[in-house]
Amino acid sequence: MVKSTSKDAQDLFRSLHSAYSATPTNLKVIDLYVVFAVFTAVIQVAYMALVGSFPFNSFLSGVLSCIGTAVLAVCLRIQVNKENKEFKDLAPERAFADFVLCNLVLHLVIINFLG
Amino acid sequence: MGGKEDPTANGSPKSESMAGKKASPPDLLSSISLKSLKLKTKQQELLLRVSILGLVYVLAFIARLFSVLRYESMIHEFDPYFNYRTTLFLTEKGFYEFWNWFDSESWYPLGRIIGGTLYPGLMVTAALIYWTLRFLRFFVHIREVCVLTAPFFASNTTLVAYFFGKEIWDTGAGLVAAALIAICPGYISRSVAGSYDNEAVAIFALLLTFYLFVKAVKTGSLSWALASAFGYFYMVSAWGGYVFIINLIPLYVLVLLITARYSLRLYVAYNCMYILGMLLAMQIRFVGFQHVQSGEHMGAMGVFLLMQVFYFLDWVKHQLNDTKLFQTFLRITVTSAILVGGIALGVGTASGYISPWTGRFYSLLDPTYAKDHIPIIASVSEHQPTAWSSFMFDYHILLFLFPAGLYFCFKRLSDATIFIVMYGLTSLYFAGVMVRLILVATPAVCLISAIAVSATVKNLTSLLRTKQKVPQTGSTKGAGSSKSSSKVTLDQSQPFQKNGAIALLVGVFYLLSRYAIHCTWVTSEAYSSPSIVLAARGAHGNRIIFDDYREAYYWLRQNTPTDAKVMSWWDYGYQITAMGNRTVIVDNNTWNNTHIATVGRAMSSYEDEAYDIMRSLDVNYVLVVFGGVTGYSSDDINKFLWMVRIGGGVYPVIKEPDYLVNGEFRVDKGASPKMLNCLMYKLCYYRFGELVTEYGKPTGYDRARGVEIGNKDIKLEHLEEAYTTSNWIVRIYRVKPPTNRL
Repeated sequence: MVKSTSKDAQDLFRSLHSAYSATPTNLKVIDLYVVFAVFTAVIQVAYMALVGSFPFNSFLSGVLSCIGTAVLAVCLRIQVNKENKEFKDLAPERAFADFVLCNLVLHLVIINFLG
Repeated sequence: MGGKEDPTANGSPKSESMAGKKASPPDLLSSISLKSLKLKTKQQELLLRVSILGLVYVLAFIARLFSVLRYESMIHEFDPYFNYRTTLFLTEKGFYEFWNWFDSESWYPLGRIIGGTLYPGLMVTAALIYWTLRFLRFFVHIREVCVLTAPFFASNTTLVAYFFGKEIWDTGAGLVAAALIAICPGYISRSVAGSYDNEAVAIFALLLTFYLFVKAVKTGSLSWALASAFGYFYMVSAWGGYVFIINLIPLYVLVLLITARYSLRLYVAYNCMYILGMLLAMQIRFVGFQHVQSGEHMGAMGVFLLMQVFYFLDWVKHQLNDTKLFQTFLRITVTSAILVGGIALGVGTASGYISPWTGRFYSLLDPTYAKDHIPIIASVSEHQPTAWSSFMFDYHILLFLFPAGLYFCFKRLSDATIFIVMYGLTSLYFAGVMVRLILVATPAVCLISAIAVSATVKNLTSLLRTKQKVPQTGSTKGAGSSKSSSKVTLDQSQPFQKNGAIALLVGVFYLLSRYAIHCTWVTSEAYSSPSIVLAARGAHGNRIIFDDYREAYYWLRQNTPTDAKVMSWWDYGYQITAMGNRTVIVDNNTWNNTHIATVGRAMSSYEDEAYDIMRSLDVNYVLVVFGGVTGYSSDDINKFLWMVRIGGGVYPVIKEPDYLVNGEFRVDKGASPKMLNCLMYKLCYYRFGELVTEYGKPTGYDRARGVEIGNKDIKLEHLEEAYTTSNWIVRIYRVKPPTNRL
């Protein structure tokens, strides 16, 4: 039983790896950015677990800025990905401009909330 | 009025113009008609639409001006006075002082942190309008701006309703929706001129947020989602009812996920709106960290996390292209996600970190909760369950057009129609639980009814139009002749179809005109009363105005020392601070139940005990409202049992059965001795026993209760009468300092 699940896991991993390496580079860059943002958020949560969450607004603004920019990057990836038929008449420049605008608003609010 | 004009805008302008161009001979009359302006059909339609919207805009504004024309431009009721006072403070002292304001003039001796416990949207909006007008050199008083804010935003709501109707169905439905919501009594009741309350701006913000969100889901664009986040921010800054939005939108997303109508556009729209909206909402001090800590907001977070898992699984499935491997992956991920989520929720709720649903919103899910546990919430008349008569009064024909509209929505299901159906059903449920929430249901009911009206009229007029086209297509013999020939055969099989269609159209016009008449009548009779000024018909039919409230408050302002403290029941607190400019003990904010219970205990005790309580609170004046001379029934004696209940909820020494006789509340000779000697009774009926109020009745006849009072010979030991207004409605007493001990 254990052997079959580990073999399944290996097969899963291998097929995922091979499917993923076929994606275009610009999407891979966005994915890397998302992973980086989520990783930063995880570090902040771990730090909060160690030190306590006293200025709670600062903690929230830090974590939410990471999660927020990760989510916005995923939205950008969805809109830019050529495989998604729903977004095929959306120019990638427009998608990127929206992304920049939303990030700008996000970070302005974070600056106000940081305290 | 608006009701008659709109249904013709649906499809008939096209046919009328085309028929007119071919049929009417060129003469003087037609040369000055619309058609001879040589406008193309599209431009004619645009002109019609713009003019209809303009008329509806003006109509929404002027329908709400009854009380300004009849009485004067003043603020109504109780809560608006607080909003007026804070807006005045904002315009005089600036935003920084306003945001950090600690008020020591209310809730003596506790004070109130106003800057952190109000929703600033309404005040900031009015202040911005005021500053804009001053910049344009219109030097209006801030009170005028406050009085007219609500009608102005009601007009803006009609515009948003038009665009929303256009999104859901088509432009015809949008126009009908705008016209219906302009005069719907459910909305007018809380947005009449002078009703300067949060709902005036909040309904506009609510509809705007919903419209922008539906637009974001339809287009999948990040900028529309950003706009809806800003709309949500405006809503959060305006009203506590934003909880409805933050629960309805995740519920809608959940329904879409379950019915397999989800798409990537939904992901983009919801995530952007949730994160940005939540961050913006946390900037309002009153809301604070509730979005991550309160049970009422956990639904949104849960759906957010669910979406991440859901779409991640979808992406992996797309990548793998192999079902067997995917199944294993699915199993592992789903079980672990549910486990982690369940544990987090459980730990959060159990440890108290995630606060449970607050009383106000919990009583919506369990309507019997407030009556047993929180008497203050149960005592407010707006929080009672709704009767059918209220529904009919506030909606009229929209009540049966609503199910018809639901039918049409289900026939053409799309993302937008699913949303409006959910909004309509949930808001109608809540409207049934609490009268005040009819207001929240009104936009949904108007929109869905507009769909019914628009679709019906469109079908009927298209039936009429096919009749007109028959002779013309006969002459052209061109394309579409097959279609028209089938219609011709249809005509021949049902010769009375045209007559039936005309009869039904006349019926629709009749219904809409009755609706317009009903709305105007309701606005004029029921919803335009300022509550602070009372009017009655005299013996000869002339109008008598009772301006006692303002008389009393201005007496307080001019004849008492500036540091005097006034004790009254919490209903009048806001008005006393705004107009009388004196410190009060409790006011309408009702944030401290114990303080209110102390006042309630003082009002229901004997004079000696009450005097001790009043001395401990530094009270200088006591204000009571009495309707025995005028027959005014919302006075303090009728509210007295609530004082007893609230006081008794905190101080068990006050027991409600002491004041009742056989379970009955009486003030005549048969009343209980505790009732006849308590402070409230003495203050209300002092010197009343010598007064003749009605011809043929004995002295001391209470016209509001319809009985002769029991205790006519009242002597006050620790208080003395300071002022009684001309119709005895408001009575003010001075608390005497303690006698010198010898």
